[in-house]
Order: sequence, then structure tokens, then C-alpha cells
Amino acid sequence: MSNIAITDTTGQAVPAKPVVKSFAAGFVSRLVILVPYLWLLFFFLVPFIIVFKISLSQTAIAMPPYTPVLDFRDGVAGFFAGFRDLNFDNYAWLTQDALYFNAYVTSVIIAAISTVLTLLVGYPLAYGMARAPATIRPTLLMLVILPFWTSFLIRVYAWIGILKPEGLLNQLLLSLHIINQPLVILNTYTAIFIGIVYSYLPFMVLPLYSSLEKMDYSLIEAAKDLGCPPTAAFWKVTFPLSLPGVIAGCLLVFIPAVGEFVIPDLLGGSQTLMIGKTLWNEFFANRDWPVSSAVAVILLLLLIVPIVLFQHAQARAQEIER
Amino acid sequence: MNTTWSRFNITSITFGFAFLYLPIVLLIVFSFNESKLVTVWGGFSTKWYVSLFHNQGLMDAAWVTIRVGLVSATVATVLGTMGALALTRYTRFHGRVLFSGMIFAPLVMPDVITGLSLLLLFVAIGLDRGLMTVTLAHITFTMCFVAVVVQSRLISFDRSLEEAAMDLGATPVKTFFQITLPVIMPAIVSGWMLAFTLSLDDLVIASFASGPGATTLPMKIYSQVRLGVTPEINAACTILIAIVAVGVIAASVVNKRREVQRQLDERAAQRG
Amino acid sequence: MKSLGSIRRDFAPWNDPDAKPYIQFENVTKKFGDFTAVNNLSLTIFEREFFALLGASGCGKSTLLRMLAGFEEPTAGRILLDGQDLRGIPPYRRPVNMMFQSYALFPHMTVENNIAFGLKQEGMPTPDIEKRVAEMLKLVKLEQFAKRKPHQLSGGQRQRVALARSVAKRPKVLLLDEPLGALDKKLREETQFELMDLQQNLGLTFVVVTHDQEEAMTMADRIAIIDKGEVMQVATPAEVYEAPGSRFVAGFVGNVNMFEGKIARGETGPASIDAGNGITIQTDNAGNATAGAAVTFAIRPEKIKVSSKKPQEAVNAIEGEVYDIAYLGDMTVYHVRLDDGQVVRASTMNAARVTEDPLTWNDRAWVSFRPDAGVVLTR
Repeated sequence: MSNIAITDTTGQAVPAKPVVKSFAAGFVSRLVILVPYLWLLFFFLVPFIIVFKISLSQTAIAMPPYTPVLDFRDGVAGFFAGFRDLNFDNYAWLTQDALYFNAYVTSVIIAAISTVLTLLVGYPLAYGMARAPATIRPTLLMLVILPFWTSFLIRVYAWIGILKPEGLLNQLLLSLHIINQPLVILNTYTAIFIGIVYSYLPFMVLPLYSSLEKMDYSLIEAAKDLGCPPTAAFWKVTFPLSLPGVIAGCLLVFIPAVGEFVIPDLLGGSQTLMIGKTLWNEFFANRDWPVSSAVAVILLLLLIVPIVLFQHAQARAQEIER
Repeated sequence: MNTTWSRFNITSITFGFAFLYLPIVLLIVFSFNESKLVTVWGGFSTKWYVSLFHNQGLMDAAWVTIRVGLVSATVATVLGTMGALALTRYTRFHGRVLFSGMIFAPLVMPDVITGLSLLLLFVAIGLDRGLMTVTLAHITFTMCFVAVVVQSRLISFDRSLEEAAMDLGATPVKTFFQITLPVIMPAIVSGWMLAFTLSLDDLVIASFASGPGATTLPMKIYSQVRLGVTPEINAACTILIAIVAVGVIAASVVNKRREVQRQLDERAAQRG
Repeated sequence: MKSLGSIRRDFAPWNDPDAKPYIQFENVTKKFGDFTAVNNLSLTIFEREFFALLGASGCGKSTLLRMLAGFEEPTAGRILLDGQDLRGIPPYRRPVNMMFQSYALFPHMTVENNIAFGLKQEGMPTPDIEKRVAEMLKLVKLEQFAKRKPHQLSGGQRQRVALARSVAKRPKVLLLDEPLGALDKKLREETQFELMDLQQNLGLTFVVVTHDQEEAMTMADRIAIIDKGEVMQVATPAEVYEAPGSRFVAGFVGNVNMFEGKIARGETGPASIDAGNGITIQTDNAGNATAGAAVTFAIRPEKIKVSSKKPQEAVNAIEGEVYDIAYLGDMTVYHVRLDDGQVVRASTMNAARVTEDPLTWNDRAWVSFRPDAGVVLTR
């Protein structure tokens, strides 16, 4: 017989010998976990600790531009001595200057309004796609994903030419005699809303579509059969069943929108205030690393609840698919 | 289905796609504008494309971007695939909650935070900012996207394929390379493509992590956009859009063909 | 008991006290967390046997198969193959192969590469592999499909590829997990006989897991009926049907009528059972039930006769009323409600096209059966 004999010639049982193999397999599996784990620990988690530490430091005219610089050059004692110079002055500064508080509040409000607007635009689109003939659905899906593959910066940039006072939108509206004076849209909050809705629309549509597409249409037929008019059937059956998609989509839009930089910078101009832009200016224009770190820490604290919610939703979606 | 709803559906799809595509179409149209004014049509011309290719700064930035993209996408694909395997295959190990948190959080983390924190790390460990640091930063945030794409394929993976291979005498390592990897390869490839385009796209993280001599294309475009909208930028954007669109459409056409062929085969098999 | 042996008249190693067991489960327990899938189970399978594990889904039968293949290790107890303890031997070193319920054909490989996969793993020289693959393709009549990918095959063809792949290595034991579950009824019946021929020709030991009793009855030399991780009975198909060892087995395999009662008189032999409400059942063989013991008398529907008049010669005859009739073509099933309310199911072959004296709904009728027609169950 050609297969591996498990008894030797004397007929005595050969002891199983997978010890080395299973050690190797165990080593490989440990490697599969360890490599990405350590990478993320070092490049994702450790940086946050550094951000937190620097947010407690003082600005200095040096490189790096903060003090104390904690390192082991002065030995372990020197390393710990540095801790005495850490304090919460930067956080105190953030509360004293209304600019920061306003930036935080404005960012959250803008992100929330934009999220609702994106949902209002995205839901009918996702619904239409999910109810489209099955043959064209993949094409529609690709058309939603395609802009996502093109540069974010380019898509935001495209709106400048449209929204400018002498831009295409105003030209169109003036030539149609709908308005007599060019509308000022660029460099206002309206432009930011448009930019966020536009840029994040695919993030909203995709989870909505996947939860709507999975839904069994006979549920709605059953509701109608039981005497429910279409609109009521939508609110009582379709919408509640698509809620996981709604939640995932809203979080995918809201969280990054709060810290958005490119859109408020390019479309919002200097008049508008958002925390991502404040952080950027604090860092690149004022070169104040400790204050920008403090801004980042507060921003992270603001987002920690929605981020945990997002992870929770992701984990649950996985459990269901399993 | 109710016809009024159907009309509603068609309308919402039409408006939705018009909203998504009109700005991009206008951007492309005006890259062929003779006039220097981006918003006034002055006749058809390709002169901005010619001047684009003589803009050494943009060309250098494009080359930097491509190099960063290729290296970071490749490393991120390896790490992300490992991460996806760790998440789906090992349901309990120490710190799994933290691990999955670190995989999912970067997906929604605002770029300014990721960028700032990575920069501060590089300064703290004394790494000079340049190509290297941008690449490391891009690996870190794109590997999580790869992990999510590969993970969703692994969840629907039929584990009995691996059991069958082992049953037929393949060791776990051989099973992985001969069965698991080939089967999930399409997901790994699309993970790579996603990582590559995310790297090409990124402005904020690159701005924090890069240093002199490592200006990427988005950084270059951004600094020019701040000075004002020019048709040359439109031309550069059009080329980028064309490359991505051709890539994505080609990939999906190939996929579609394969799918159609597959369905035909299956139907033939049922008959024969 | 007469003629309740195997369908292969000369093959009954389980009756031979000197026969060497081939596969032995010794007090095997398997727990998944708090859930006990297999509970202190012992089982012996002989070489060249076609053995079926029959049970409802979740009864632990698949776990048994997976432990034999090496995908799960027993929590306690041991499994021996040809005298050797399998503990610690990984699946890729076990001389057993498995045919998966989903077939688990490698989607990126052609039919011939699927079949050659296991041979390549053991480092067989290429010319030998080609020869063996050709042989296997011929065996399952798929020669012209060698270059196809699995998705280009029909369900029946895929099943045959999976079979060819799992026997290509000439394993000592072939494990089949619901091998016919995905096929439609007609194909399933054909394939049952093909599998039996294959097992005979290759001289392999087959262990098949199934929830389909007809499938198990058709193919297997012996059947183990599994419930909640325990073996309820191991016996030939005829024994399982005609001499079930417990109420569970009697009820699980086929249809059965059960009368609860007490042994009125007689011991270890002919006895009469008092089933209450004035019903007394005479039986040839009450097994080891003693007088006064609470027993169940189980009798199959086809062994009960229904007639409009009380049969003169019948030892057991009970009166009732026809309550339901189902005409199935080849047979007719009567439901007769006895005067105490119990419903008896009786089936009659429609041997003639026209029946005289047909019974109909609400007719008074007699059900009768011979004293050797049923079995007395104490468990």
C-alpha cells in the first residue's frame, strides 16, 4: 500500500511524532499574529502615548521643539526626573482660548449635520440600487465605488471651480436668470457641507446598500398583504431592517468628518473653523507641537465613543456572517 | 413592484450619480480648455498636458508617489493579510480585543491625528523624515484596509477545503500556500490595489510624515491649489483619474467576463 | 433469530469472536466547552466493512468521523486503527481519507489536479501519479472531464471527483460525510449502488455518516444509531428494523406502532401482554422481560392486517374504526382508531388492481397480527 505506514515491521505501534511539526506550526501561527500586532503596537498605539506625553510638555525653540525630551541619555534617573516637568498647562490653555472650544463644537456640529445630509442623499440612492434589476446592480455598485478610488483631493478640488463666485454654478444660475447676483458659496460652511456629503457619499451608500440588498423583498410584500400601505411598510419594515447599515454608514461618515482637514481648508476658506484645520495650523504655521498634541488628544477623546461603537458594530456584523 | 416606487428609484439613482460624477466630468472637460481661466471655455486644447510634462516638480513628485505606493502597498498587503488571518483563524489569544481595535480604528481615525502621532514617533526615535517615513506611515494605515478586505473573504472561506488538503497529506504550511492563498488571492489583489490608491491619494499623513526631498504628488497638487486653480492641475488630475478608472474598469470587466464564462460553464455542466 | 444477517451472506466478522477489530473507539468522549458531543462511546468496526453512523443532525456522528480523520482530538478515551492509538497523529499523517459533505473540491485546480493532490503530497513519482489519476478517472467515468475546473461540472460529477480524490491514495479507511446529501433523489439512488460496488471492488473499509435511514439501510453492512453522543444500537439493517433494541431505535428507523403494557404471564419466551382497556397481546418472544415488567410492544405497520370482519384464525385481533386512509399507489395506509382512542397504523400492499370489500372512512374494522410480528422492548 502506498500510504504512510503507521505500524512498523514488528507490528509495534510507532509513537506519534508530530511534536516538531506542531511546534513549527505553532511558531508560524504565533508569527502570523505577532508581526502585524507588533507593527500596529509600535506604529499606531505607541505614537498615541507619545502624543499624550508631548501634550504635557512645554514649547521650546529647539529641535524637537518641546521640553522635556524624555530619553535615557541622562540615565534612568534623568528619564524619570523629566516627568516632573510635565503638566497640563496646554490643556488649560485650550480651555482659556475660546477659539479651540468653538472649533471643537463647530466640528462636531458640522460633522453631525453633514452626516444627516449624507444619509438623506445616500439612502434613496442605495435603496434605488438595491431595488434595481439584479443584472445592472454590480455595475451600479462599481459606479459608486469608482469615485472612491479617485483622489480625495481631486474630488474636493473639482468643487472649487464649481462653487467660486465666477464658477460654473453661478454662471449657470445667472444665465438662467434664477439669480441676479452671484451666490457666495465657496469659503462658507455650505461649501463644507457640500464637500463632506460629496466626498463621503460612497462610505454611506455601501453599508446601506449591502443591508438593503440582503433584505428579503417578500417581507415588504407580506406587510402590504397584511394591509400596510407602501410608505408605512417602508417605515415599519424596510427602515428598521436597514438600521445596521444606517449606523455603520453614519459612523463611517461622522468620525472622519469631525477631524477633516482638506475640505474645510480648500472649500471653507479662512472664515470657517474646524478642529482638523486648527491642529494643522497649530502644527505647521505656529510650530507649537505641544498644543497641537493636546488638540489631538482632546479630539481623540471626543471620538473614542463613536470609534468604540463602530468597532462594536463591525464585530457584530462579523458574528452574523459567520 | 409598484410603478411609482420604481420611478422614484430611477430618479434617485439618476440624481445620485449625477451628483457623484458631474464635478469630475467638469474637471476633465476644463483640463482641455484653451483659456487659462478654469471656468470660462476658450476652445479645445491639449497644451496644459504638454506643459504638465515639462513641469519637473510635478514629475518628480509623481515618481516619489509611485515608489512610496508600490513599496507600502506591497508590505501593507503582507501585513494586512497576516492580520486578517490572525483575526479570523485565532479566535482567542491574549490581547485580541486590542488587536482588532488597532485594525478597525485606523479606518475611521482622522488623518490629522494619525499623521501627527506618526510624526512625533519618528522624531522620538530619531528617524530622519523622508521617503522612508512616508512609506512606513502609509504601510501602517493602509494595512488595516487590506486586513478588512481579506478578512471579509476569509470569513466566507470554506474551511473544509483546508481540511481536505490536510486529509490528503498536506502539512498546515503546504495547505496554506497551495490551497488557502490561491483561493483568497483575488481578495489579496484587491487589497493591494486599495492600499496602492490610498497611498497615491493621501495628503495629510504624507504632509506630516515626509521631509525635504520626499514631496508626494498630492502634496505638490495641494500647494499649487492653494495658490489658485490652474488648468495644469486639472490636467494632472485628469491623468490620475484616467489611470485609476482604466485600472478599476479593466479589473471589473475581466471579473465580469470570468463570471459570465463561469455561469455559461455551469449551465453547460448542468445540461451535459 | 432467522435471517437477520448482513446482505453479504458470508461477511459477518462481528459474529466471529476471533475477528480482529480494525477501528476501535474506546470510551471516547468529546466536549466542546460545556457541550458534550460524544459521551463515553465505544464502537468496533471491522476491516472491509461498510459501516454507517446514523442519527439526527447534532447527534455527534460527524464529530466521530472528524475524530477518526484527525480534525478533532477526543477529550477522553482513545481511538485505535489497526491496533495503533491515533492520539496526537495529525490528519495529514493518518492513513484515512475523507469525502466531505461539501465535496471541498479545490476550486483553482482541474479535476485531474484535484485527484493528484494527495498523491503529490506523498511524493509519488509523476508517471505513477498520471497512471493512478487515469485509473481513478476511469473508475468514476470522468475521463473526458480531466481538464475541467470544479465549477464546470454538475453536482453528480463533482461528487464523483470528490470520491475519486479520496480513494486515490488507497486509504485504509474511507470516511464519507453525508456523501449523497447534495444530490437529488434519483441520482442518490443510483449512486448508492455505485458506492457499494466501489467498496467491494477496492476492498476498502467505509465509514459513512448519514441522517438518511434509507441510505444507511441500502448501503451498510452494519448501522450504528447515534443519539445525543451515545450509541443506541449497532446492528445489521435487518436487525435494526426487525429487532430494534430500544423504543428510540424502533421509533427512529421506519414507522412503528407501540403498545405500552405489562407482561401478564410467561417469561423469556411466549408471553401475553396486558395493554390495558381489555387489550391483550400474545407474543412468541418477550426476550428477557419478566412477569409484571412494564414493556412496550412494537409492531411495524406492514405486519398488521386490516379487515372488516374479525379474522377467525388470528391470535391477536383488536377492533376499531377507520379514521384515515392514505392511498400511495403501491400501498395503502390505514389509520385505525381503537376503542381506547389509540391510533394504529397499518399498511397493505396493493397487490391486485381491484379490491373486494374495500374499507372506507368510519367503517368498523379489525386489526390483526401474528404472535411473531412484533418485538417486546424493555428500554
